[in-house]
Amino acid sequence: MAKLAGIPIHIEQPEAEPQQFGNALPILNEIRHALARFAERAEPTRIDLAAIPFGPGDEERLMALLGRGEVEATIDALGPTRVWETRFPGVWVLDYANVEGERIALQIEIDEIPQMLRTQRADITDSLAALDAALASATAADPAAESRH
Amino acid sequence: MATSKTLGESLRQHGVSRRGFLKFCAATASMMALPPSMAPAIAQALEKARRPSVIWLSFQECTGCTESLTRSFSPTVENLIFDVISLDYHHTLQAAAGDAAEHAREQAMNTNAGEYLVVVDGSLPGPNANPGYSTIAGISNYDMLMDTIDGAAAVVAVGTCAAFGGLPKADPNPTGAVSVQDLVKDKPVINVSGCPPVPMVITGVLAQFLTFGTLPELDEYGRPRAFFGQSIHDRCYRRPFYDKGKFAESFDDEGAKAGWCLYRLGCKGPMTYNACATMKWNGGASWPVEAGYPCLGCSEPDFWDAGGFYKALSVPTGSPGDVLLTAGAVGAAVGVGAGLMSRNQGKQAAKHHDKVTADQLEEKL
Repeated sequence: MAKLAGIPIHIEQPEAEPQQFGNALPILNEIRHALARFAERAEPTRIDLAAIPFGPGDEERLMALLGRGEVEATIDALGPTRVWETRFPGVWVLDYANVEGERIALQIEIDEIPQMLRTQRADITDSLAALDAALASATAADPAAESRH
Repeated sequence: MATSKTLGESLRQHGVSRRGFLKFCAATASMMALPPSMAPAIAQALEKARRPSVIWLSFQECTGCTESLTRSFSPTVENLIFDVISLDYHHTLQAAAGDAAEHAREQAMNTNAGEYLVVVDGSLPGPNANPGYSTIAGISNYDMLMDTIDGAAAVVAVGTCAAFGGLPKADPNPTGAVSVQDLVKDKPVINVSGCPPVPMVITGVLAQFLTFGTLPELDEYGRPRAFFGQSIHDRCYRRPFYDKGKFAESFDDEGAKAGWCLYRLGCKGPMTYNACATMKWNGGASWPVEAGYPCLGCSEPDFWDAGGFYKALSVPTGSPGDVLLTAGAVGAAVGVGAGLMSRNQGKQAAKHHDKVTADQLEEKL
């Protein structure tokens, strides 16, 4: 099946700024309240932008207002997830895509570090077992290792 | 057939990491219209979930609902079919045909008795109508539905035809079409209306059943409140123009070009409850109002008979007689009133077997 992006239609971008439908500023206010809650009570917040009635240009307006900060990361799991901190530290954008590169969710997260970037406890336990196995295997294959014990 | 393997086991076997699983849950929360903070709870529930068997029955329909489902983005329909549900019978998507297809349905019913989901798209000739209008493998739609739901856990009526009768039931309803909820009284029926429904709403309802093993909270029409709880009008990005009294008066005037409210061009957003305004279509690319076209109200009962598509709600619509209604103030009552009147007209039409031409229909609108 042809992907939407594969349909050969040339879209002419208007020269003027995209029209504003006024739906970006209320979200910026919501982010401001969430940031205040986090500053006072360390309570993290996630906002699902798919649930917001954005018109054409509203998302671009919001992203322009949030800007880009110092941190940017990509998570490669079931397709790429791009994560970046905005110019307001503690306010993160998470842009989830599937393996075909199509967006499946767009979220704002207010936290010290987004949940997706943290290593999960179960993974640390598995990681310890995997590291032990790798160490045992490497030690068995290394004749000089015996003398170091 | 449904498998005893849990979804968590299945995903790990396929090499999906815990971060990947968390991402899947974040997308699923978004799809189910749940707050993102629910993602860990979804992860916990999905870890233990087992794939339910699904039997999909297609009756008097146009396959638009299946077309919509197969354009579902998150999860993709391939994910849904192979990882999340066990789709054991579906005319359009299954490889088997003829007797083998019918045996697949019977086997799924016997193996998963009391636990399987039945999804129906399309209306069906009622018990008193001529069953010959729609049959599958020589079985009338009515007999197949009643036989299949006997051992079902719940029934999901997908599309306005299955939920409310839709186009086949529109005046003069020549086939005596009825909706699923008109016939199924002893099983829970979830109506996922729309012509077609938003694909992510279909998958969201199935995902909710899978995740929590419960049925979603429903509105007075049997629709999940999570997706049908708010009107198109209240979630429309053009709503600020309505509030300011700025309306497009034709499809090519300055107001239309500036993206003003489409209310005066017949938009049924104020009386229509659906998720189009936020979930949108084609992977979130756009939706009718964003394309400059008024909402038709396709997720409401009897929308085909509710008046002209391009007549504003405050203008008499012809079909509901002399009743003058104002949008916003009446909301869903428009749909209910029009629905009741068209139902009476439908009964009259069935009684006298009235024949109408396209020109006569246009005059009525």
